[in-house]
Amino acid sequence: MATSLRIINGKVYDPANNIDGEVREIFVQDGRIVADAPADARTIDARGMVIMPGGVDIHCHIAGPKVNLARKLQPEDHRHDPHPGTLFTRSGSGGTVPSTFATGYRYATLGYTTAMEAAVTPIGARHTLEELHDTPVIDKGFYVLLGNNIFLQQLLQEGRREEFKQAVAWWVNATKAYTTKLVNPGGDEPWKGKRNANVADIDEKSEVFGISPRNIIDAFTGVVNELGLPHPVHIHCNNLGHSGNVYTTLETMKTAGDRRLHLAHIQFHSYGGEPGKNPKSAAAEIADYVNSHPNISCDVGQVMFGKSTIMTADAPLAYMLRGFKKGKWVNADTECESGCGIVPFSYQEHVYVHALQWAIGLELFLLSRDPWRIILSTDHPNGGSFMSYPKLIRLLMDREFRKEEMKKVNKKAMRSTRLPDLDREYTLNEIAIITRAGPARALGLKHKGQLGPGADADITIYDEQEDKELMFSAPRYVIKSGDLIIADHEFRNDHAGRILHVAPAYDEDIVGTVRTFFENYYSIEFDNYAVSDQYLYDHEVISTT
Amino acid sequence: MTEQNTITVENATCTFCGCVCDDMILTVDLDEKRITKAKNACILGRAWFAEHTIEDAPAALIGGKDASVDEAVEEAARILAKARFPITYGLSDTTCEAQRVAVAITDMIHGTIDTTTSVCHGPSGLAFQGVGESTMSLGEVKNRADLVIYWGGNPAESPPRHFGRYAVTAKGLFTPGGKKDRTIVLVDVRKTPSAAAANIFLQPKPGKDFELLWALRALVKGRRLNPAVAESTGVSLEAMQDLAERMKNCRYGVLFFGMGLTMTRGRHFNSGALLALTTDLNEYTHFVAKPVRGHGNVTGADNVVSWQTGYPFGVNFSRGFPRFNPGEFTTVDTLSRGDADAALIIASDPASNFPKRAIEHLHRIPVIALDTKTSATAKLARVAFRTATYGINTGGTVYRMDDVPISLRKAFDSPFPSDEEILKAIHKRVRELLLAGGSYGVATGNKVAAPRTE
Amino acid sequence: MLHCNGEICMAESMLLIPGRSSKQGTSLNKGKLKEEYMEVTSTAEFNEDDMARLGLNEGDRLRLYNHVGETVVTCVKKKAADLPCGIIFMAYGPNSSQLMEYDTAGSGMPLSKNIEVMVEKVTV
Repeated sequence: MATSLRIINGKVYDPANNIDGEVREIFVQDGRIVADAPADARTIDARGMVIMPGGVDIHCHIAGPKVNLARKLQPEDHRHDPHPGTLFTRSGSGGTVPSTFATGYRYATLGYTTAMEAAVTPIGARHTLEELHDTPVIDKGFYVLLGNNIFLQQLLQEGRREEFKQAVAWWVNATKAYTTKLVNPGGDEPWKGKRNANVADIDEKSEVFGISPRNIIDAFTGVVNELGLPHPVHIHCNNLGHSGNVYTTLETMKTAGDRRLHLAHIQFHSYGGEPGKNPKSAAAEIADYVNSHPNISCDVGQVMFGKSTIMTADAPLAYMLRGFKKGKWVNADTECESGCGIVPFSYQEHVYVHALQWAIGLELFLLSRDPWRIILSTDHPNGGSFMSYPKLIRLLMDREFRKEEMKKVNKKAMRSTRLPDLDREYTLNEIAIITRAGPARALGLKHKGQLGPGADADITIYDEQEDKELMFSAPRYVIKSGDLIIADHEFRNDHAGRILHVAPAYDEDIVGTVRTFFENYYSIEFDNYAVSDQYLYDHEVISTT
Repeated sequence: MTEQNTITVENATCTFCGCVCDDMILTVDLDEKRITKAKNACILGRAWFAEHTIEDAPAALIGGKDASVDEAVEEAARILAKARFPITYGLSDTTCEAQRVAVAITDMIHGTIDTTTSVCHGPSGLAFQGVGESTMSLGEVKNRADLVIYWGGNPAESPPRHFGRYAVTAKGLFTPGGKKDRTIVLVDVRKTPSAAAANIFLQPKPGKDFELLWALRALVKGRRLNPAVAESTGVSLEAMQDLAERMKNCRYGVLFFGMGLTMTRGRHFNSGALLALTTDLNEYTHFVAKPVRGHGNVTGADNVVSWQTGYPFGVNFSRGFPRFNPGEFTTVDTLSRGDADAALIIASDPASNFPKRAIEHLHRIPVIALDTKTSATAKLARVAFRTATYGINTGGTVYRMDDVPISLRKAFDSPFPSDEEILKAIHKRVRELLLAGGSYGVATGNKVAAPRTE
Repeated sequence: MLHCNGEICMAESMLLIPGRSSKQGTSLNKGKLKEEYMEVTSTAEFNEDDMARLGLNEGDRLRLYNHVGETVVTCVKKKAADLPCGIIFMAYGPNSSQLMEYDTAGSGMPLSKNIEVMVEKVTV
C-alpha cells in the first residue's frame, strides 16, 4: 500500500541530521526515506509548511490491564468526548483514557507515529499486546515491570547475580517487551504484605527479601546495560510526589554511576522541602545533575491543568492520592509481580501543590541544557492527556503565552520557583528534539526520529503558524511507514502499525530455574505464561548491542 | 481406538466457568474426535470436555432447513445490513478474537452490543464505576490470603476448583499451611455444600445483604449499630462484630462475591456496598474483592468491549460512536421493549434464560445464532450456525475471572467453522452490502469502517 | 407472607431462589434440550418443615406461579438447617425464567433471585 512520495518546498527540521529549518526535498519509497526521487512519485507541495519526523512518545499509558481498568472505571470521562467512526476508521471514545482505536487515531492527528506503553506486568503482557494490536497507525512497544518481581528479588537476596541476569533476559524475551521497568522498587511487598505500608528510604532493607531499593536499582541497571538493550532501565523512583524526594532521585541517579538509566516523569521526583510539609521546587538541582551526566535521560512528566487519571504501578501512591477526595479508587495486585492503583484526578491552577508541579515541569524544560535527554511527556494520563502536548509546546515556545498562563495560577507557588525569571523560548529545532529525535535516540530506535535515507518514512507536515498550539494540534499531512494516513487534515487510510520489541540472548538453563518457582507460587501453568508470537502480528525486533 | 491415534494435550484450558483452569491434561482420540480423559478437571470440566464432541448435524440452518455456511452468511449479512436497530448479544463463551469481530460488525452497522455481563455481574460493573475496586489476581489469594469470605455464591458447586486451586486449601508463599493458615467465611441465605469448607457460616435473611454489608461498614469504622439491625438481617450483633474484627485484623483479606448480590433487589447497590466495605478496610489492612464469574470468557468480553469502545457492556453505536446506557441498551431491555429489529446472538442462549417478554420478542424478529450445540435460541433463529468449540476445537485468547489472559490449545479439529471465522465472513459481506448502498444501510447515511486487516 | 402457623393451605407465597448447581452444570454440557437438563431445571428444593406443613412428599408436582408466569416443578426435601423455611431453591434454566420479571429498573439486570411465587400442589 505504500506509495512513493516526493515532498517539496517544506522547511525540514531533522536535528539528528543537523537540518534546522532548511527547505529540502524528502523522498519516500517502500516505507522508507530514500536519497533519490523515486519514479512515479506523488508530489506533496509543502510550501509554507514545517516537516518533522513523526513524534515519539517515550512514556505513556495506553494499553493493558491497568489502562483498561481505568477506562472501564470512568464512563463519565468518555461521555463528553466521543470519537465517531469514518469510512476508514473505527469509532471509539475519548477523555483522558481513550479507547484503543481513538488512542491510535488521536496520536496520529497530533503527528505522533510511535508510542511506548510504560508499564506492563509480565502476566498481563498478552493483554497489552491485544490492545496494542487494536491501537492503529502508531508503532508501539512496552516496558515490562520487573522491579518488584518476587523471584528476581529472591535471586538478588541469595547473591545469584548471573542467574538474575539470565532471568531478566528471559523475562524480557518471554513477554516481548522493549525494556525493563522499575516502579517504586521494593514498595510492592510492604503494600501487600504489611498492611498497606510502603518503602520510603532507598537504603531500607526489605523485611522479606533483605535487599534495598538501591540494591534492586543497581542490579537492574548493571544487567540491562550488559544485555545491551537499546533503551536502558526505565525507572519510576521511590517516593514519587513526596516533599524532599529530590534526595531519593539524586541517589537513584548516583547509583547508576556512569551507566545508562532513564528516569520517568522526573518532575514528580523533583521536590525539595521536608517530608510531611509542603513541597518546594528542586528542579534546578535535578536539571543540573541530568545536564552534567550524559548517561542519564529522562522524560519530564509535565502536569497540565484539567482532568487527568492517575494510573500507576505505584499502588501505595495511588492510595495516598485517593485520600484527599475519597472518591473512587482501584487497586489491583498481580501475583508475584506487581500491582497498580488508579484514581481519577484533576490539577487546578489555584491549588498550591498543583501549580508548583506545573511550574517545576516547565523549570526542568527551561533549565535543560540537553534537549536530547530531557524529553517531553506528561506521563499520559497521569500528568494530563497526550492531547495537551500542543499546548505544552506553546508554553515552551511562547514566552508571552507562558507569562499569561502564569498569572492564572497560585501565586505563592510561582514565587517559590524560578519560573518567572526563565525567559527562554524553545525553537522549532529544540521541539523537534524533545518530541522526536531525542526520544528516538534514547530508545535506541535508529530508524525513527530522523529523516535521513534509510529511516522509517514516519513524517509529519505542519502548517507553519504563529500560534504553536494550533500548529501542533493539526498537522496537514501525516505519513506512517510511507502510507499517507492524514492528508489535508483528513484521514485517508487506516494503518496497523507494528510492535517494537527486543530479544536479548539468554542461557536456556534459567528456564528450569524459573519454572520451579513458578509452579509453586503462580496460579497458571508455566507453559502458558510466555507470550507466543501469534500476538505480535506486524513486528520488528530491535537489536541489542 | 488405536493407540497411535491418541494424543495428549497438556496445559489445556477448561473454559466452562470463570476459573479457567489451564492445567488440563487431555487424552484425545483423534479417530473418534473425542476427549476421553480430562485430568485435573472438576466434575463440570469433565462434562464440558466429554460432551463437546462433533455432532452429526448441519453446519448451518436457514429457517430450520439445512443450508451451506455461505448461504447462511449471505442471509445473516442481509438481515444485519437492513436492520435499523440490530443488537449483538452473548459473547461470554467464545474467544477474544471472535469478540473483536463482533464489536467491529456492530460498530459498522451502528447497532447495539451487550454481553451476558448485563445479566450476571453487570451490576458489579456499575458498582465498580461508582466506587472502584480493590482487587487482585488469584495467585495473590493463594500466596497471601489469611481471611477468605465468600458472599452470595456457592463455590463448592460453582466453581468447584476455586477452593483447591486458588483460595482455601491452596498453599502459597506466605501461606505454606494452606487451609490451616486461613479462616474461611461463607455468607449465604441457604446452607450450601460450600458451608462444609467454611470456619464461619452466616445466614442472613433473603434480600438483606445490603443492610448487612452497611452494618459491617459501620462496625469497621467504629460506629455503634442500632440493635434492630440484627433482627432485620437475621445475623446477630455478636456475629457481625466478630466478622468486622477479623476483617480489620487479618493481613490479607479477600471477599469473593456472586449472583446473590447482583441478582437481588438492590443489584449494583449490593455490589457497591461490598466494594465500599473492601475499600474502607484498606485503612486498616490489605483487603481485596473479586466478583466470581460464571463463564469461561465473560471477563474477556468485558475487556474487549471496554478497550474497543470505552464501556464494558450495553453499548450503542446508533450515532456512529459508542454510547453507554445500562437499562436502555442492555439486552433484556432492548428485547422486552421491542426496540431490536434483528439480533446476532453469539455463544449464548437468551431464549432459555431471559424473562418471558424478552423471549417473546426474540420470536418476532430475525435472529442469527452462533452456538456449538442446539439450544432454544438456535431453534428459534432465522439463521443458525453450528460452530467449533473454543478451547477444544480452536485456539484463541480468554480471560480468567481475575483478568489474567490465557491462550487456548486445540484438542482436535472440528468440521464446523469457529465463531471468529463466521463473524469475519459476515463482517466482510455486510460491508460489501453497505458500500453497495441502495436499499441497504441505516437511514442516517451510514459511514462504514474498513475491516482491520489481521 | 410466610404462613408457618400450622395450617395446611392450598396456595402459599414463598421466595424462589434460582441458581447454579453441580448437576445443572454437567447436564448443561450434555445438551440444554436433552431430558437430563430439563429434569434438573424443573426440580425444586423445599424446606422439609414447609413440606410437612403443606402435606407434600418428595416427588410431588407443584405449580409455581406469579404475575409473570408459571412453571411446574418436582419437589425435593432439604433440611431446615440448610434451607430456611419459606425459601425454594431450583437450578436456573428455562423453567425458573418463566417467573422472572422483565423490568430491570434501568440496570439491565432482571431480578433473578428472591422471586415471590405462589405455590400450589398439582392434582392430576
